[in-house]
Amino acid sequence: MSKPVIATTSLAGCFGCHMSFLDIDERILELIELVEFNKSPIDDIKTFTKQCDIGLIEGGCCNSENIETLKEFRRMCKTLVSLGECAIMGGLPALRNGIPIRECLHEAYINGPTVGLNKENILPNDSELPMILDRVYPCHEIVKIDYFLPGCAPRADLIWNALIALVTGGELQLPYEAFKFD
Amino acid sequence: MKGKIKIIIDGKECWAKPGQNVIDAARDNGIYIPSLCHVEGVKPAGSCRVCNVRIEGRNMTACTTPVADGMEIENDIPELNELRKAIIEVLFVSGNHFCPSCEKSGNCELQALAYRFRMMVPRFPYEFPIKGVDASSKYIYHDRNRCVMCKRCIRTITKDGKNVFAYSSRGGKHLHVVMDKELAAQMTEKEAQKAMDICPVGAILKKERGFYSPIGQRKYDTEPIGSDVEKNIDHLKQKEQ
Repeated sequence: MSKPVIATTSLAGCFGCHMSFLDIDERILELIELVEFNKSPIDDIKTFTKQCDIGLIEGGCCNSENIETLKEFRRMCKTLVSLGECAIMGGLPALRNGIPIRECLHEAYINGPTVGLNKENILPNDSELPMILDRVYPCHEIVKIDYFLPGCAPRADLIWNALIALVTGGELQLPYEAFKFD
Repeated sequence: MKGKIKIIIDGKECWAKPGQNVIDAARDNGIYIPSLCHVEGVKPAGSCRVCNVRIEGRNMTACTTPVADGMEIENDIPELNELRKAIIEVLFVSGNHFCPSCEKSGNCELQALAYRFRMMVPRFPYEFPIKGVDASSKYIYHDRNRCVMCKRCIRTITKDGKNVFAYSSRGGKHLHVVMDKELAAQMTEKEAQKAMDICPVGAILKKERGFYSPIGQRKYDTEPIGSDVEKNIDHLKQKEQ
């Protein structure tokens, strides 16, 4: 039997959840015996090469590219897991949710105290750039998400326990110390 | 057990003082009934509904119900715990609870209850309501984004006999808690700390006090909320022996 395949991505996140994933330390050697990685920043595979079993999503959706990636993950992965507060509820990027998008862009590119070089007051308008969304969306409001692992970042033990439970079909161990929202 | 009346909580015989409310009686017997709005010794408000228990087949709030002789109470049952979890989830989506950036994280009772009930994600859609912040007073920072309307501050925090906090827009669509700017400005550092401690969430904060304890040493980092009450069981048992 071939090994289960894992794909991971970071949408509107800070890569903290991926760093926390690497915090499983030497257990990564054990993990690589159990699973195979496909599209993921961990092995630097940029595009899906086959259908995957588990997709780990870090970060919420703040622009059109995030939505596209998330939908692709939904198509390519049997099981999707929201990893961390940003994927679950938007996280810190969602602090902008109450502020109109125009105001946000003006603060960032025109009126902000650290804006100096933008003499012509240009807002990012290149057609190559993804469109920013009206607000930041939790992943499960865009596609169906199967499991959620809270934390900022989720503790390495929690990620490890979840992966082992998913790969071996066992029950998820949720120790109190590993279950945090921050 | 002279002068005490017998009540039964989850099949366990307990003794309570006449006139005591169910939540306090349970605590005295080493049984934890989860709650967000209740403060011991303060007139109960029954505003959070988390302390829902079942008495004679009816759901009642344990903080507003006085004990009666022979009263049978169901508390730690799956149905009630599911209801409590749902209430906590509603509170999470109806405010702006950004735990990672909140100064109260780790010491927050709402968060601790979510940990206790293992809330992975709220089942309801996030509202991201627009709410204000009042940082005008010297020692207090009032962030309505995190308010859960428990009325603890309204019931307890006073300055010169006047309430500092009050409900506003009652009956309107946007009921919220407001802080009296003038009274808040007169508050001392100690009073500000008291207000911060009474708030179950991070809605009232004392300025320059955020992130005081490091991760791992905060109130609910290692033990779930209610552990102190439940530990009392062993304590009481030892007493009996």
